[in-house]
Amino acid sequence: MNKPFVLGAVAYAPKVVTIWEGFRDWFAEHDFAFDYVLYSNYETQVESLLRGDIDVAWNSPLAWVRTRRMADASGRAASATVMRDTDQDLTSVVLVGVDAPHRAVTDLAGYRVGVGAIDSPQSRLIPLAHLTQSGLALDAFDVRRFDVMVGKHGDHVGGERDAVTALINGEVDAACVIGANLLAFAQEGLVAADSLRVLSETPPYDHCVFTIIDDAVDDEVRRRFDELLLSMSFDDPDVRVLLELEGLRAWRPGRTTGFAQLEAAVDLLGLYDRSGEVADPIYRP
Amino acid sequence: MTTAPTAVDLGPLGLDGGGHLLVKLALADSGDDAIVSVQGTHPDLVPHLRAWCTVVGHEFLGPAIISSHVPSTSHNLLVRRGNSALGSWGGAQRAGVAAIGDVAAIAERAWGLALRGVWIEAGGPTPRFALDHKDTLWSDEAPRLYDRALAGQWDPATAIAWDAPREHAAAIEQAVVQVMTYLVENENAALVVPARFLGQIHPHFAEVQHLLAAQVADEARHAHVFARRASLATQPAALSSAGGRASLQTLLDEPDFAIASFLLSVLGEGTFLSLLGFVERHAPDECTRSIAHLVRADEARHVAFGVAHLERQCGLDPTLRPRLAAAIEQRHDALQSTAGLNQEVFDSLVLLAAGTIDHAAIARGWAAVQQLQRDMHEGRVGRLARLGFSTEQSHDLASLHTRNFM
Repeated sequence: MNKPFVLGAVAYAPKVVTIWEGFRDWFAEHDFAFDYVLYSNYETQVESLLRGDIDVAWNSPLAWVRTRRMADASGRAASATVMRDTDQDLTSVVLVGVDAPHRAVTDLAGYRVGVGAIDSPQSRLIPLAHLTQSGLALDAFDVRRFDVMVGKHGDHVGGERDAVTALINGEVDAACVIGANLLAFAQEGLVAADSLRVLSETPPYDHCVFTIIDDAVDDEVRRRFDELLLSMSFDDPDVRVLLELEGLRAWRPGRTTGFAQLEAAVDLLGLYDRSGEVADPIYRP
Repeated sequence: MTTAPTAVDLGPLGLDGGGHLLVKLALADSGDDAIVSVQGTHPDLVPHLRAWCTVVGHEFLGPAIISSHVPSTSHNLLVRRGNSALGSWGGAQRAGVAAIGDVAAIAERAWGLALRGVWIEAGGPTPRFALDHKDTLWSDEAPRLYDRALAGQWDPATAIAWDAPREHAAAIEQAVVQVMTYLVENENAALVVPARFLGQIHPHFAEVQHLLAAQVADEARHAHVFARRASLATQPAALSSAGGRASLQTLLDEPDFAIASFLLSVLGEGTFLSLLGFVERHAPDECTRSIAHLVRADEARHVAFGVAHLERQCGLDPTLRPRLAAAIEQRHDALQSTAGLNQEVFDSLVLLAAGTIDHAAIARGWAAVQQLQRDMHEGRVGRLARLGFSTEQSHDLASLHTRNFM
C-alpha cells in the first residue's frame, strides 16, 4: 500500500472532521492515498510540518508567515501551493457607530478599539498595523482584545462577534472585523442595517494556503495533489458539499503576494521573531 | 465595440440592509462573465460589495470611470458575474411536474420532501419511500376528498351536545358504554393502519399523503369523542374481547398498502357506515346521536378514497382483484378459531335498538340488529361490485368478512 500523503489541519470546529473525511474519500476515489491529522493549534501544526510529521499543512495566513520564517531560518524553502478563491484579496474594516464623531483613523486617538483574538490576522494583526500605517500610533489608543480560541489564528468567528457586540453595547468605540463578517453579522441580525459605519478599510490581503516544505515532498506527489484540488468543480454535487463546507467555489494556484501586510504586522506587534519563534509573551496558544 | 454594462441602482441601500438582493437580481439576468454596474449612495458600498463578491463567487472590479453626470456622492462599481454563480441551481433537476394531472408514474428518491415541480439541487439525501408508484396509491378523487376533509373538520367541544339530558335506564347506558368502548378500539386500528403507511408515501403524491394525514387526525378525534362519551357514565366499565382484538390484529399485521386499504377502508370502515347509522338512529340521548352522525360523515370520506384508489388500481393491474379476494379468504381462515364479534357488543346493540328492557322492545332490538347485519352485507356487496367483482363473487366474499365488523 502506498504511503498516504498526510495533511495537517487545525480543528477549530467539529465540521473540520467532516471536511477532511470527505476529502479523504474523494482523493481515494481518484487513486490518491491521502490522510489527515488534526491539531488543536497552528503553532504545533507548523512545527510538525517542519519536522516532517505531515506533508502539507492547511495553514492560516499567520501559520504561513511562521512556516516561511522557520524554513528560511534553517535554510529551507516553504511553498504556498493552492488556496481558495475566497482567500484572495480580502479586506478588513474598522467599524464605528453610524453617528460616531470619528471621520478619520487618527480621530480614534484616546478611544477604545475592539479587536479579535491575539493571533487573528484579520481582526487584530492586519487592522492594527493598518491603523498605524494610517497615522494612529499604537500607544495612542486603547486596544480591547476579545480572545476566543487562541492558537487557532482567528479561525473561530467568536472573537470578531464579541468585538462587534462590544461596539454595539458601547463598551468600545471601534471594532475590527473581516469585511465578509460585517455582512454575516448584519444577516444574522447582530448588526442592524446602517447602524455601523466603515471608518477605514485595509488594503487587500490573502488568507489561508496549503503549505509544503519543498525538500520534504516528492515533486510528482505534490503535483498530483495540486492538480486534483484544482480539478474539483463546484458543479459536481459530491464535490460541492465539501467546497461549501470549506467555504470556496474553486481552488486557485497559491501565491505569496498577499501576505506582506501580515508580515509587517507580525513584526510591528512582535508576535514572532524573524526566525519564526513565538516572541510575544502574552501569546499562549 | 463594447456595450454599456447593465446597471443596477441601490439608492441608499447597503449590503448590510438587503442591497445584495438587487445586485443578485441584476446578475441573474446577465450571462456568464457579464459585467454589471452597481450604483448607489451608501457610504460603505465599496467594502460591502467587495466582501459580498468574494463570498458568493463574483469578481469585484472596483469603480467604473466616473462620468460627469454621476453625482460625486454616488458610487459606480463594476462586478463581473462568476461562472460558478449559478451555485446550487447548477445541475438542478425538476421534481416532476407540478400540475395534478401530471403526477409522475414513479416518484424519484432524490425528490425527497420537496414540493412537486420545483428544482432539486444535485446531491443531497435520497430518502426511500416504499410507496412511490402512482398506480399503487393514486386516485384523481384525492384532491376533492381532501378539500371535503378540511371543510368537514369539526370541534368536539362545540359540535357535540355533551350536556344533553340522559334519562334512559342504567342497562341502556351500560350498553352505550360497551359500544363506545368497542368503537374506540376499532378507531385506534383505523388510526394506526394508515399512519404506518403515511410515512411510506412519497411526498410527490401530496394529495394522497395529505388526505391520509387528515384521515389519521379524524380517527384520533373519533377515539377521543367515543372515550369521552363512555366516561360520562357513572360506571364506565366495559369489555375488550380477545376475538375482537385478534380481528384488528390482522389489520395491523398487513404489510401491503392495497390490501390493508381494502380490508380497513373498503370492508371495515364501509361496514362501520351501517353500524354508525344504526347507532345514530337508536342512540338513547342527543350526545351519542350527534357523535355517531359526525363520525359517520368522516368515515364516508375514508371509504370513498379506499374505493376510488382501489377501483383505479384494479383497472390497471389484473392481478390485484384475485389478491384482494385471497386476502379476505386468508383473514377469514385466520380468524376462524376466534369468537369474532364481542358478545357484549352484540347484546349492547340489541339493547340500544330496544331502548327499554321490556319483551316487545327486546324483540324489536333483536330484529333491528338482524337487519343491521343484512345492511352491512349489502353494503359490502355493493362496494365489492364497484371494484369489479362479479355479483356472485361479491356475495361470497362479503359473507367471509370478519364478524367483528371492522
